[in-house]
Amino acid sequence: MNANQLATTDRAELKKLALELRRLALKIIFQAGSGHPGGSFSAADLMTALFFGGILNHDPSNPKAPTRDRFLLSKGHASGIYYAVLAKAGYISVADLDSYRKINSERFLSGHAHPKTPGVEIASGSLGQGLSVGHGMALGIKLDGYDAKVYVILGDGEIQEGQIWEAAMSADKFKSNNLIAIVDYNKVAQDSVTKELKDLEPLEDKWNSFNWDVHRIDGHDMDAIMKVFQLPLHPEKPRVIVADTIKGKGVSFMEGETAWHGVAPSVEDYEKALKELA
Amino acid sequence: MKDAATRDGYGDALLELGADDARIVVLDAGVSDSTRSKKFGGKYPDRFFNMGIAEADMVCTAAGLATTGKIPFATGFACFLLGRTMDQILVSIAYSNTNVKLVGTHTGLAVGEDGPSAQMIVDVAYTRAMPNMIVVQPADWEETRQATRALADYEGPAYLRLGRPKVKGIFDGSYKFAIGKGRVVKEGSDLVIFASGIMVQESLEAMKLLERENISVTLVNISTLKPIDRELIIELSTRHRAIMTAEDHNYIGGLGDAVGEVLLDAQISRPFKRIAVRDQFAETGTGAELFEKYGLSARHIAQVARESIKSIE
Repeated sequence: MNANQLATTDRAELKKLALELRRLALKIIFQAGSGHPGGSFSAADLMTALFFGGILNHDPSNPKAPTRDRFLLSKGHASGIYYAVLAKAGYISVADLDSYRKINSERFLSGHAHPKTPGVEIASGSLGQGLSVGHGMALGIKLDGYDAKVYVILGDGEIQEGQIWEAAMSADKFKSNNLIAIVDYNKVAQDSVTKELKDLEPLEDKWNSFNWDVHRIDGHDMDAIMKVFQLPLHPEKPRVIVADTIKGKGVSFMEGETAWHGVAPSVEDYEKALKELA
Repeated sequence: MKDAATRDGYGDALLELGADDARIVVLDAGVSDSTRSKKFGGKYPDRFFNMGIAEADMVCTAAGLATTGKIPFATGFACFLLGRTMDQILVSIAYSNTNVKLVGTHTGLAVGEDGPSAQMIVDVAYTRAMPNMIVVQPADWEETRQATRALADYEGPAYLRLGRPKVKGIFDGSYKFAIGKGRVVKEGSDLVIFASGIMVQESLEAMKLLERENISVTLVNISTLKPIDRELIIELSTRHRAIMTAEDHNYIGGLGDAVGEVLLDAQISRPFKRIAVRDQFAETGTGAELFEKYGLSARHIAQVARESIKSIE
């Protein structure tokens, strides 16, 4: 089954799918014994809508089609959910997922994604680069005269990187309205809550002052997610969607917990989490 | 033969490429007048992206453009183009294997008066150390023109190292640049000098001094620093009694080390001297004054060559 066959705009169906993808992500993190469940779960609803809500124009049987929309997971550590999505969409098989973070992984399912894996556009792992790379894609797409869009998911901690704001200025300069950034604003980074680490607020004002088309939604409200993704492009401004999310969303003992940024669950926690994600 | 800075050869080549190939796009970080990419920008404004003083953003934007089938030349002063962006180049260009050409101008002590923060002397070391990256440093205008075109045809990440000052023409239109190939500029018999970039010109001056003393030198232009021309280095080193290298770069990680690695691997044992910056920051002054004070001038090359020959006689 490919992504197009799976595509639905039914909100309840998409929420169900997002839970299934969270379970799959947690399974491969559990099997690998390492990974990042917290940031995978906060981004799960957003990525489900993009890939399976008919938003992203893509074809897993032709992953290099020049007219495709691009998707970049700039917060590359959320690879657990990324590979789960790629498997569900048909870029790789579910069986491939067993090699996540394992040596000799045939599909190169590294801790952070790389274009050797079908469906992955660029390597990640160093925060702050994805918005610039995505902007380069947006510029190239326009030079070719295509209508394709570029979606970039950024972490909230990630936008503490100065390069994000360099890219924000550049996309304004070139009026790259086909560039859509999504801030997975889960309020928690590796060391501490983002606010304590270095506060991002007032976040909408920041993007507004860079002349972006700013939207703010609940990143777990599937209806709000779908509606914002279905908006027509701004005539000239690049778009940012500030999505308020919860780190570890869906598993009560992971939600909002810094401790679940980058650890795999124990057997007991894994089983408990699966029940909550059912 | 045209006397001009290598950065001028780059600017002129971009104009030719712009006309030949719609995939060529050029980026600059707010110094396009100095890097000479401005010429391309004037003629092909739709394919020219001045990213402002934001090198990290620029090199990643170039990587994104490359994934759409464009051939981006990301241009800037080497100090900042590379110095500020090692991580971006490693992840979005080298590791991702995107078809980006990094072009750093104003390299080495030859930059002169702007001082050590503007004199890039570690770029070859770190670009050579990056998997997937090739490194090219042409010696004159003609070779730069050809090398720029060759890099456009080459699929993969590359660093093109260019200079600020005007240099003497060494090659004419009959010269054929090839990635990975060194070229004998002058054939001698006693000692071989492998030189790169502006140091080819400096070595030619040194050879005039040495000729008067009947020291016969073979001068080789090594314009591809990676992958280096192993065969030529082994063949010529075996045929000469002493070996030297000459580069306007720190002596760690540059041409001298690259040649030294070949010699060690091939178990070639000869007196081996490296003309390079001796692991120190220089100071302000003209390029010529700095070359003299920091041991890169023709006089130094000649002196080291003389001592080398004396040591084996």
